[in-house]
Formats: sequence, C-alpha cells, structure tokens
Amino acid sequence: MGASGISRRHFLGAATGLSFAIGMAPGGRWLVSSAAANTTTEIGAWVRIAEDGAITIITPAAEMGQGSMTGVPIALAEELDADWSLVSLEMAPADAEIYGYGQAGSKRMMIVGSRAVRSYYQPMRRAGAQVRKFLMQAAAEEWGVDAKTLTTEPGYVVDPANRRRLSYGEIAAFATVPAELPAVKDSDLKEPADFRLIGKPVARRDIPEKVDGSASFSIDINLPGMVYASTVHAPVQLAKPERWNAEAVNNIPGVIDTVELEFGVAVVADSFQNVLAARRALEVEWARGAKAENFDSDSALENDYAEVLASKDAAQVVSQAGDGGRVFDNAARTLRAEYRSDYAYHAQMEPLNAVARFNKAGDRVEIWEGSQAPDMSRRNIAAALGMSADNVEFHQQYLGGGFGRRSINDYAVEAALVARAVGKPVKLIWTREEDLAHAMFRPQNLQCTEAALDENGKVTGWRQCVVGDGEALIYSGINLEDYYQVPNRQIETRGTSHGIRLKHWRAVAHPFNLFAIESFVDELATDSGLDPFTFRRERMGLTPKAATVFTAVEKLSDWHVPRADGRALGLSVSERSGSLAAGVVEISLDEQRGRIRVHKVWVAVDGGTVVQPDMARANIESGVVYGISSVLKERATVRKGKVQQSNFNNYELLRMSEAPEEIHVEFMQSTRAPTGLGEIGNPFIAAAVANAFYALTGKRLYHMPFTPDRVRAVMSA
Amino acid sequence: MIEFEVNGNPVKVDASEDTPLLWVLRDHLELTGTKYGCGGGFCGACTVHLNGSAIRSCLTPLAAVGGAKVTTIEGLSPDRSHPLQKAWIEEQVPQCGYCQSGQIMQAATLLAGKPKPSREEIVRHMDGNICRCGTYTRIVTAIQRAAEEV
Repeated sequence: MGASGISRRHFLGAATGLSFAIGMAPGGRWLVSSAAANTTTEIGAWVRIAEDGAITIITPAAEMGQGSMTGVPIALAEELDADWSLVSLEMAPADAEIYGYGQAGSKRMMIVGSRAVRSYYQPMRRAGAQVRKFLMQAAAEEWGVDAKTLTTEPGYVVDPANRRRLSYGEIAAFATVPAELPAVKDSDLKEPADFRLIGKPVARRDIPEKVDGSASFSIDINLPGMVYASTVHAPVQLAKPERWNAEAVNNIPGVIDTVELEFGVAVVADSFQNVLAARRALEVEWARGAKAENFDSDSALENDYAEVLASKDAAQVVSQAGDGGRVFDNAARTLRAEYRSDYAYHAQMEPLNAVARFNKAGDRVEIWEGSQAPDMSRRNIAAALGMSADNVEFHQQYLGGGFGRRSINDYAVEAALVARAVGKPVKLIWTREEDLAHAMFRPQNLQCTEAALDENGKVTGWRQCVVGDGEALIYSGINLEDYYQVPNRQIETRGTSHGIRLKHWRAVAHPFNLFAIESFVDELATDSGLDPFTFRRERMGLTPKAATVFTAVEKLSDWHVPRADGRALGLSVSERSGSLAAGVVEISLDEQRGRIRVHKVWVAVDGGTVVQPDMARANIESGVVYGISSVLKERATVRKGKVQQSNFNNYELLRMSEAPEEIHVEFMQSTRAPTGLGEIGNPFIAAAVANAFYALTGKRLYHMPFTPDRVRAVMSA
Repeated sequence: MIEFEVNGNPVKVDASEDTPLLWVLRDHLELTGTKYGCGGGFCGACTVHLNGSAIRSCLTPLAAVGGAKVTTIEGLSPDRSHPLQKAWIEEQVPQCGYCQSGQIMQAATLLAGKPKPSREEIVRHMDGNICRCGTYTRIVTAIQRAAEEV
C-alpha cells in the first residue's frame, strides 16, 4: 500500500486509532508498533531492540494462513526470554543466505511441505539464545560481575545476588554489538518445562489486520501511475501465441497495449475494467502442436492408464523391502484392488497476481508478490529479465492462500516482463477463469494395490503401483513403514506424460496414495472379518507411533459406541512431514441425490512439540475441510487439451452447509522437535470417507472424488 | 459521474456505468479490503452492504449505486469494535484471511436482522461465502459469540 492508499483509507475507511502503523519498508511489509519509533539497536540479523524495550523480530516464513508468521518467531522470543507484548514482527527480505533455512546443503526460504516451524524451530531458538547470551554478557560487564551469576525474566537481565535488573532496552542503549554474537549450544537452550511461550496460547499477529480489511495482499498494492494487466493463456495448455488482433484491442478505450508472453498474450489498460474488456475482445491464433492438444483426461484415466499399468518396463521402483514381491508366490491369500483419482485444482482464494515497477533507468525492478518462495521468485524474475537478482527488490505480501501453487511464480515473471514492455508500474492479475484454465493440477492417477497374507492372516507382502504424470508428484506418501511394518514391499510408479501443467498440491500425492492404501487396508480388514482397529493392530504390524495415534482416535471418537441410524464411521491414517495422525469421520448419505455428508471428524496427531496449540488445531481443521472438499466435490477435467472448468460454479468447493459440524483434534504429548502440521489434516480424509461409506452401504468407492453421479452409480450397481 | 456514499462519506466516481462496484471500490477509491475472488458471484469475497443489504459488488454495476449508501469492511467500525470483528479475533477465525472481509460483511446483515440466529440460520445465510482455508466451524462459533453480545 502506498502513502496515498493510507491517506485514502483514513478518509474513506473511518479507520483510526489502530494500534499498529502499517506500510511498506524497504525489505517488504512491516508491522511495527509506534512505540518502536525510538532508537533501536540491531543485534544480529533477526532482532532489533529499542531503548524503550520494544523488540522487533524478523519473521522469515510466508504467511498463507498457516500462522507461521507468528509461530516461527515465538521460538526465538522463547529463548530470548522476550516480553511477547513488546515484540513486533517484520517480514524478512527475500535473502535466503541470511533468512533461509538449511535444506540439502543450501539455504532456502521456500515454505512448502509443512516446513516453516519444523525447519526454523531450532535455528530460531539458537538465534534467540544468542541474543539473550549477549545481553547477559553486556549486563555482566556493566555491573562488573560474572555473567554466569545472572539470569533473565521476560524483557530483563536479572542479578539475583545483588537484587538488581536491567531491561533489554536499557542494555541495548549502551551495549556494543560484536560482529559475531556469542555461540550457543543446544544444551544451552531451555528445558520444555521452562517454556513461557511455546505450547502456551499466543494470538496470531496477522488476525487483527484480517478482520478490518487492512491486511495487504499483493492484489491490494496501488502505486502512483500504475496500470493493470491480465494474461490470456492458450486454451490448450502450453500452446504458444502466433498472432492476434492487436490493433483492434489497442483501439478499445483505456487499452495501453498487448504484450507477447511465452504461453500467452497480456492485455494492458488503465483500469482493470478495461483490461476485462480487452480480454473479451482479444482473438489469438495459437500455434498448433502443443503436447496436450489431443489429450482427454477422462478417457486417458479410464483406458490408457490401465495399459501403462500393464507395461512392466515403464516401472520405476520407489521403495523395496524384504523379498519385494516374491512373498506373493507362497501367500495363503492375496487381494488386489485399483483406485483412481482425478485432477485437483489449488483454488487459493486470491487469484494469482503480482505488481512490478522498474526504476527510470530500467535496470532495477521491485516486485510485490505473496510468494511461498520469495528467494526463488527473485531469482526467476532476474533470469527472465536477464538481470542480476541483486537488482530485483522483493516485497513479500500476505498470501491469499498458497497450498503449493504459490511456490512457482510464473505470474510474477509475467508482471515483470509486462512492466518492462509498457514502461509503467503494472499490476497483473489472472482472472479466476485464467487461474483455472492455466492451473497446475494435482495429477490424476490410477493405482493398483496388492496384499499377501500368510496362514495366520498377517499381511506379509505389499505391492503398490501408481500410474500418472508428474514424476515426483505421484509417489509421496507411500511410506508404509512409518505406520505399518509389512516386511516385504515393492512400491513402483509408471509414468506417463500429457503436457498438462502439474504442481504440488496440499500434501502432494499423499491424498490419493493414502486413499488407495487405507481403503485397501479396510478391504483387507473386512475380508478378514476384523474391526479396522483390530486388523491394523494384529495383522498390519503397527509402529509404536501409529499404535499411539490409533488408540487415541479410537477413544476420542468413541469408535465402539453405536451411531444413530443412517450414520457410520470410517478410519484412516495420515503421514506427512514427520507427523502422523489417525482420523475418524462420521458420515451420512442422501441416497437419492448421491450426496455424502461428513458430520463429525476426530483426529489424533503426533506432531512433536506443538509450538502453538490453537494455530496447530486451526491447521488440522483447515486440512480436514480442504480434504473433504476435494474428496466429495473437486474434479478438474481436460478435453482436447482444454480445462473444462472455468470458475467456482463448475469447479465447486465445499461450502459451510457441507462442512462438518464438529472437528475434534487431539495432540499427543511430546518433547520431540516439531514436525509438519500444515498438511497432516487432509490426506486421511478420502479413505476415511470411503471406509465409512462401506460401513454404511456395504459398497466400496474406488474413484475420487465421490461425486453424486459416481455415488449413485455405485449404489445402483 | 456517479455520486453515492461510501462509509458515510460522499464520493463522486468517474467511470463507465457498467463498471462493477468491486473495481470502483478497489481501484478508484482504494478501499482494498473488499476482495476479488471469482467475478461471478460464486464466492462472496466481494460482499459489501448496499443500503444495509449484503450484495456481491462484483455483480453490481456502478449505475446501480447512484445515491445509495455503501458500507465496506473499512467502514464496519472505526476500530475493529464491531461485535463480529471482536468475535473473529477472539475465535482466531482468519487463516489466509482473503475471504474474511466478505464473510464478516455477510454475517453483519444476519445479526442486524436477527440478533439470535440458530445454527441452521447462520449456515443458510453464510452458504454463498466460500472459505478455501476451511474456517467454517470457527465462523459459526464466532457469529454465535457475537450474537451473545449484540
């Protein structure tokens, strides 16, 4: 938001008396209390302390709703022993060398795979402990005592022997900060019993701004002289533009120009309304021969995928254990099933957009974007412009949903290219229709699961093969060993390729892989005549961690208590990013309309140390609803290379009347380091619903989503 | 030139009459709390009040608001003191937050007409507003909490 935006807001918005000033700092958005306006001292890269004791902590993780903006700095504030009421947060610059976490030997800021809290927890604790140690040493020097005799209370260094104390602000005012802060060891960190913030209720810092409209998303940026743009991409994904009616479009009032992009044409105008008129008028001739041109997703999934499954030479082994598949030859009993899942769309509520502004010389660019990977976005934009990343200044904004889509920033690259082409600041917005037509889907897939049971009914062999496009995007979540100790395993993928854009979706491939695994386990339990819990315990070899969450959810859901007529329960498991959860759903079925309704959900989660219980619970609730939405409703299809859905009228999301009335979440007590919680809520939903459906109707669902037409077909079969 | 009132202030807007109110608010008046989600009235992110009724500003042309009173999230209260805003903070409702202006504006007209709505009435009234982060259960609780206060 520019200065004019603020004054405008104060004129029209009647918004006065805010406790925080909101605006743009060079490093991005900031949220800083007015008290912090006095002299501040930078202590390392993460912390600034003002004379009056106000503390600013740099917060590095993209805020897309998961609460990490608050959750990550809590770990630092804990070890710093900061008074949280005096802490303000400032979004980190897109500089991974300083603000990234270590991953595979490099530093990154990309927030995907439920990484924020689990990746930053220890580094932030150590950073906080270093600042605390420095403040204690500075106070010791001032007092002429040994630092070992000192301790801290929130916001103060305390000298118990001499009954005196200095506030962090007082120390910051006189202390000289060394180039390197004192080193700390993990053994210097607090014991969990001493935590004042971790595990205790702390409100999210972004929420006040999100109830009065002042939270700034990139779509809200208004710059002086800014113009508007939108890209029309090829209806057949990844076809290139050849020629278009530029002259006719340029004659529309308000239209500034059209700009050629690799897979589309951007229209630029003085208002977004005129951009929409230009979009309607634009006629593009697209190059023929795009790979997806003749692709039909339904027929591919129904027919071609079965052929790929049968072609053994396409197999890629994902994991293998024991004798792989040979146990099947001597098995007492074998079972086999096939499952299918359709394409799914991220459907983040804020359509993809970014703002770009060049300097006069045209050799530096500023980008405003809500990005899951600001460091990568910077590099990609620099590469597309042929510039050094040093000349790309990135302003991180709130993300109106991410779910994996906002870790690739093709839309921001487009904004930069268009801004350069027209020589003006540009806000480029994909319309919802564009966001869906040019979506990057969770891949559709077919899978085959097979189990071998010995003479005692124990599952001794497991084979699974996933057929689909997207390579690494189809095999996450087949980590049976995290919950079932089946001695002989052979997990494979068989790839195919369609020229359709694909991307990590919330929990990547876990949602459909766990659909197959846990539906199949339920089928095995039925075949064995055992209760789903009993079967898992006695025949699947539960890991200790899995045994704990299964037992917890059995109790939490009152599994053995009969439900009302027309209701039934289903059980499944989620594994993701080091966390494990078991979940139970209670459903009913409107048989005539073919509509499944999930009424209640119970989830037992082992996520290690839970830094913020309410935020963690909110993440699980979110995952549950995201999961139910995708499992019951969300289906994207492609015909002749064109996405068939265009907006929320035909790509339907779960609404309040379809959401569960109750979601109960229980976290296992743990002192282990935190593991991921952003995506543990959704992968178990599909099988839990399918298994509840079987309990209710005696029929199995093998194709996700369980849309009304499929449900009716299954019921009448 | 169309004249109307926004959050109690008179405004004159020079834009074509078919311009959706959404873009007038966001781009001409720089009231960006009202969001673009779908442009087709399917999601409710753009909900504002027109003479006290909740409407989808993406489907409402500028011509339709001449002489009318429009209230946006920025004008719901001067200081987040509306019972719904307080309840939204208390229940920690927002996640990404993008749909929440629309959710709150939609809920406000329910409480204005029905101070103690039942759960079913809340759900029926709110069903046109999508939340992709799935904060529905918290929205219901927050509306019930705010209703206690109204």
